[in-house]
Amino acid sequence: MASGPSKLYADDVSLLVVLLDTNPFFWSTFSLQFSEFLSHVLAFLNSILLLNQLNQIVVIATGCSSCSYIYDSSSDSNPGSEFGNMPRLYSNLLQKLEEFVARDEQLLKAGKQGAIASSLLSGSLSMALCYIQRVFRSGPLHPQPRILCIQGSPDGPEQYVAIMNAIFSAQRSTVPIDSCYIGSNNSAFLQQASYITGGIYYRPPQLDGLFQYLSTVFATDLYSRAFLRLPKSVGVDFRASCFCHKQTIDMGYVCSVCLSIFCEPHKKCSTCGSVFGQAQLDVASEASRKRMASDTKWCSGSNDKIGTGIVEVCVKSACRSVVGCFTGFLGM
Amino acid sequence: MNTYAERPTNGEVEEDDDEDEVTGNGRAWERTYAEDRSWESLQEDESGLLRPIDDKAIYHSQYRRRLRALASTAAVSRIQKGLIRYLYVVVDLSKAASETDFRPSRRAVVGKQVEAFIREFFDQNPLSHIGLATIKDGIAYSLTELGGSPESHIKALMGKLECSGDASLQNALELVHGYLNQIPSYGHREVLLLYSALSTCDPGDIMETIQKCKKDKIRCSVIGLAAEMFICKHLCQETGGTYTIALDEAHFKELILEHAPPPPSIAEYATANLIKMGFPQRAAEGSIAICTCHEEAKVGGGYTCPRCKVRVCELPTECRICGLTLISSPHLARSYHHLFPVVPFDEVPPSVQNDPIRRSPSTCFGCQQSLLNPGNKPGLSVTCPKCKQYFCIDCDIYIHESLHNCPGCESFRHSKAE
Repeated sequence: MASGPSKLYADDVSLLVVLLDTNPFFWSTFSLQFSEFLSHVLAFLNSILLLNQLNQIVVIATGCSSCSYIYDSSSDSNPGSEFGNMPRLYSNLLQKLEEFVARDEQLLKAGKQGAIASSLLSGSLSMALCYIQRVFRSGPLHPQPRILCIQGSPDGPEQYVAIMNAIFSAQRSTVPIDSCYIGSNNSAFLQQASYITGGIYYRPPQLDGLFQYLSTVFATDLYSRAFLRLPKSVGVDFRASCFCHKQTIDMGYVCSVCLSIFCEPHKKCSTCGSVFGQAQLDVASEASRKRMASDTKWCSGSNDKIGTGIVEVCVKSACRSVVGCFTGFLGM
Repeated sequence: MNTYAERPTNGEVEEDDDEDEVTGNGRAWERTYAEDRSWESLQEDESGLLRPIDDKAIYHSQYRRRLRALASTAAVSRIQKGLIRYLYVVVDLSKAASETDFRPSRRAVVGKQVEAFIREFFDQNPLSHIGLATIKDGIAYSLTELGGSPESHIKALMGKLECSGDASLQNALELVHGYLNQIPSYGHREVLLLYSALSTCDPGDIMETIQKCKKDKIRCSVIGLAAEMFICKHLCQETGGTYTIALDEAHFKELILEHAPPPPSIAEYATANLIKMGFPQRAAEGSIAICTCHEEAKVGGGYTCPRCKVRVCELPTECRICGLTLISSPHLARSYHHLFPVVPFDEVPPSVQNDPIRRSPSTCFGCQQSLLNPGNKPGLSVTCPKCKQYFCIDCDIYIHESLHNCPGCESFRHSKAE
């Protein structure tokens, strides 16, 4: 996937796909005005285009009932011309955005679902990835793509599977997903997205200086990132939550058919309806322990012969207690 | 491919090959052209010029056929897939694997593709395990036991790619059967044989072994590198596996990668069960502990088993001390797309595209690429039966093979609720 070095497309030419959250339910209750927010973002987009004349920007609006492309700098035929006294980028983008918000509102009314807090991030992520694949297909010389989610509305749990699919697809094609989350609580989806794909997750503490944060943290191309001290991920909690009580758990039971997670053993899976065989849980772990024992790397000596296996199990149990002591001692 | 009849006489094989170099296949430098058959990928256009074949359309139609076949099998049986697989890959390293009908030799091609397969397999089945075995001198050897780390398997295989002697199907099956019989009942037991030889040299009755595998629900699949053999076909039919023969390296790669996604409709092979798993937390930065996988003291990083509190370096794994399966939630999420596949898209007939009343959009919904061929003729496009959006064929492939989301369905809330 990596393009060879060339004069035209050096490693700092980027394609930035920006996913803009336009959820009206979020913006109507948020301290920052949408218009103010937009002026920060537009200035940021302009500065990206100024950084390198080959840089490319695509903006996708993430609404509450639809998503749509609203700007593509590569199809802007004449970026120099002005409309009234507004640069072309602004007028084109704002016009498309206005149309999109109106259409989104109509769809929402037709849907009759009342207030929807979450935006359709899964849709806009999928679209962005399709666009990036097209860039990859365009030949060996292409700009380095990355995705920036500017998101404010909370996560929609029903999109979990779709968002995870998109994240893994991005990971496979080494597309980092940066996220600038402006809402009040951290977004678990975006934290995972950035962590898995190697992007940056950042929640600006002060929204007055949003442009500053955007330009210092998210404007850097992938090559320059190696030299900068960008915000580190604080560690993402990858523990699962059970399907039955939505509690975060350390240990749980997983259905072997559909991989639903439960915090306590059940007779029947509530998700896929398969009836579980007799509780072989301990038998299973016993069997795997036997297997473990036979390939033990822990104790010295090879295990080519079955005869030595028994001895090793004994030694291993000794090791076990030693390791237990160690780890306890070292404060784990 | 022409010296199979004389194979059994050992000493002459070398000589035969040498003769072929001069008489049959021409000079060595000519052979690269003869092998590639580069003239076959050319076609004449209307003005008599030679052009590379436009294989995009052919490729796409092949892909769609495969997709439809998958969808129809999924529709017949309940969509249940063996997500927790225990797969033994058996590589035939008998004398036949040193044949050079694949370039540079069969074993080199097999080694390379098995490496790619192992990586792809763990990418698609993070909860599964692979073991490696080889057949050599009529004996089956176990290279690695069932385990979840791709690197250790690849390392073990790369060092052991010498071939000699005969192949023995029975010995391989007996060996693998011994290992797979121990695994818990919820796991799907599978064997993938990469068979180069055209014979099998067995110590006993192979039919009994096949019946034994059938009884213990071990699904055996074979990819042949030479020609079809009755015993392999029988084995696959009996145990519910697939038997395919590779024509060349590209075909072999395709065939082996077909075994990476979990096979459908073998759900009845394993009993549904609840499996106890641990979701370890990442250890705090700066804490020091000895990891159980490398036996080294490490600062920071790593995960702590919730049951016995030892440190492991990587997930997913099985705790070496208490045997608890340790995973993180993204590993589970990586498997979910097998359970909720994207429906195959319908091809748009050209008549609809030309229809001025129901005019279809001119750009692909996913990537905004124009759906029109040069000269404004409508090109190939597909449409999602659920959200009725139009996609180009490249997006169609990407959506079904990698993304596993329909961008159209995901970006309209009302269509989702239906």
